[in-house]
Amino acid sequence: MVAERDYTDREMMAIAAARQIRNGEIVFCGTGISMLAAMAAKKISAPESTIFFETGAIDSRLDEVPLAVADSRVMYHTALNGGLADAFATMQNRFTGEQVVGILGAAQIDPFGNLNSTVIGDYARPKIRFSGSGGACDVASFVNRTIIFMQHEKRKFVNQLDYFTSPGWIDGPGGRRRLGLPGGGPAAVITNLGIMGFGETDRRMYLMAFYPGVSPEEIQQNTGFALDLSRARPCPPPTPEELETLRRHCDPQRLILG
Amino acid sequence: MMEKLGPDNLATLKEAVAMLVADGCSLSIGGFTINRNPMAAVHEIIRQKRRGLHLYAHSNGQGVDELVGAGCVDRIEIAYAGSGRFAPTCVRFRRAVEQGRLQVEDYSNYQMTLRFMAGAMGLPFLPTRSGLGTDILTKWGFPAALRRQDETLPDAKVITLDNPFGTWGGAAKLVLVPAINPDVTIIHVQEADRFGNARIQGLTFADIEQARAARRLLITCERLVDDEYLRHRPEHNQVSFLHTDAVVQVPWGAYPTACFNSYDYDPEYLNDYRRAAGDDSTYEKYLKEKILAVRDHFEFLAARKKKSLARLRADPATGYATGLDRR
Repeated sequence: MVAERDYTDREMMAIAAARQIRNGEIVFCGTGISMLAAMAAKKISAPESTIFFETGAIDSRLDEVPLAVADSRVMYHTALNGGLADAFATMQNRFTGEQVVGILGAAQIDPFGNLNSTVIGDYARPKIRFSGSGGACDVASFVNRTIIFMQHEKRKFVNQLDYFTSPGWIDGPGGRRRLGLPGGGPAAVITNLGIMGFGETDRRMYLMAFYPGVSPEEIQQNTGFALDLSRARPCPPPTPEELETLRRHCDPQRLILG
Repeated sequence: MMEKLGPDNLATLKEAVAMLVADGCSLSIGGFTINRNPMAAVHEIIRQKRRGLHLYAHSNGQGVDELVGAGCVDRIEIAYAGSGRFAPTCVRFRRAVEQGRLQVEDYSNYQMTLRFMAGAMGLPFLPTRSGLGTDILTKWGFPAALRRQDETLPDAKVITLDNPFGTWGGAAKLVLVPAINPDVTIIHVQEADRFGNARIQGLTFADIEQARAARRLLITCERLVDDEYLRHRPEHNQVSFLHTDAVVQVPWGAYPTACFNSYDYDPEYLNDYRRAAGDDSTYEKYLKEKILAVRDHFEFLAARKKKSLARLRADPATGYATGLDRR
């Protein structure tokens, strides 16, 4: 029998992502749940991480959760308020860039972690138009490690992207190098069902962990390509401390948590 | 050459927009998603019914969506059309693209920043590694044939080449992005003087590059200050009078977007806007009643309840409205 859950999918996702952030990393956050993950990580397991935004804010204090990367809340009590050029320089800089982890989201993802956040359908006459790259393509091009948030649905986990906005592992080992892209690539995909990783040797997405109450088979059913399930482990549920931090100290108005 | 406004560059917003923003011109606006968009100027452009604009944007959310929604824009080069949690994809932008009423060329935020920077530096392009291998390089919104015909467009969206310095710098390949020199850039800042020197508080986004790249620069400001005040701490200023063509004092000139140290964004307004934008008839009503029916930004603000503006005032300790109900 499964015990009644006392947390939501979004809370599980924020905490699963927070656990991926390493102490000392420079964390690039996008809008939404990635901010909560970065805030929670800093308060729980990565106190020496630095939160920074593509808009140019370095080491934002974030007493309140921002609702956009340009929110005035990211400007308060920073080490430095610059602009976009400064932020993207930080990611590419040979001495700071290596420590940057980027957190991204997208409308579609393929087995190598390449992302689409631009259109569904034909680019010239799209069925659905999304926001576009923003800084996502830049971050995905430059940084050593990315963590990706996705809603786990078959139509979003696809073999072939409708539009290739942001580079992951391209087509497997050596793909990035061949194109002239620096560094590493996607490390983890955090969804509402579990956590995917990318194989060291084939750079293909595999199931790393599944949340309580979710089976690996269910995750496969919601994925538009074959996932290796053999390495999957159960993901521990959020601890009371993690939940308390997230709810009381990161998003008390539940602006992102809903 | 267009006439300057006079020795001190001061103007009303109506005059400045009439003088600087012509039908069919290229335009860029400052700010980012829901912060420091020059909304008073955007609404004035809408009231003056400018048409056929070519908009250059990185992530200038709310201002872009209102210009597109009002039918002012034919072409847009953009990295991101979203307004944070208030509109993950700008609603009127999305509709215009899906209905084929807006020609779009996609870049990334850094690429657009570099394009403004190149324009500001008088260079034809700048290089980056961003976008290698992606559709941003290969799928062109403005086809090659159009680019060859139209003098206002570079012949290529981007050009990829091998690093001419070999392995130096650790990059094998580079993407060259073409410079932009907008006919007009409009930014909203906290402080400016009558000559056009300006001081931005908080993040500058790409405002500085956009301001310096422009043929004409219109600055709206929260406070028109004495030039002696800005010259007392010149290291805090970002734009000099050399670039500026007109200065207009417009308190709450970024509203309903935020202005650091002055006021917050208005969650109620932005949520209402998203809902209205979702349907053509409610959007027409919004446009008519909220924007076109008022004479200027002062009337636009007066139509908001006094209380609802007062609660947005920035807390001097944080620069935003601490504890604001943002649901």
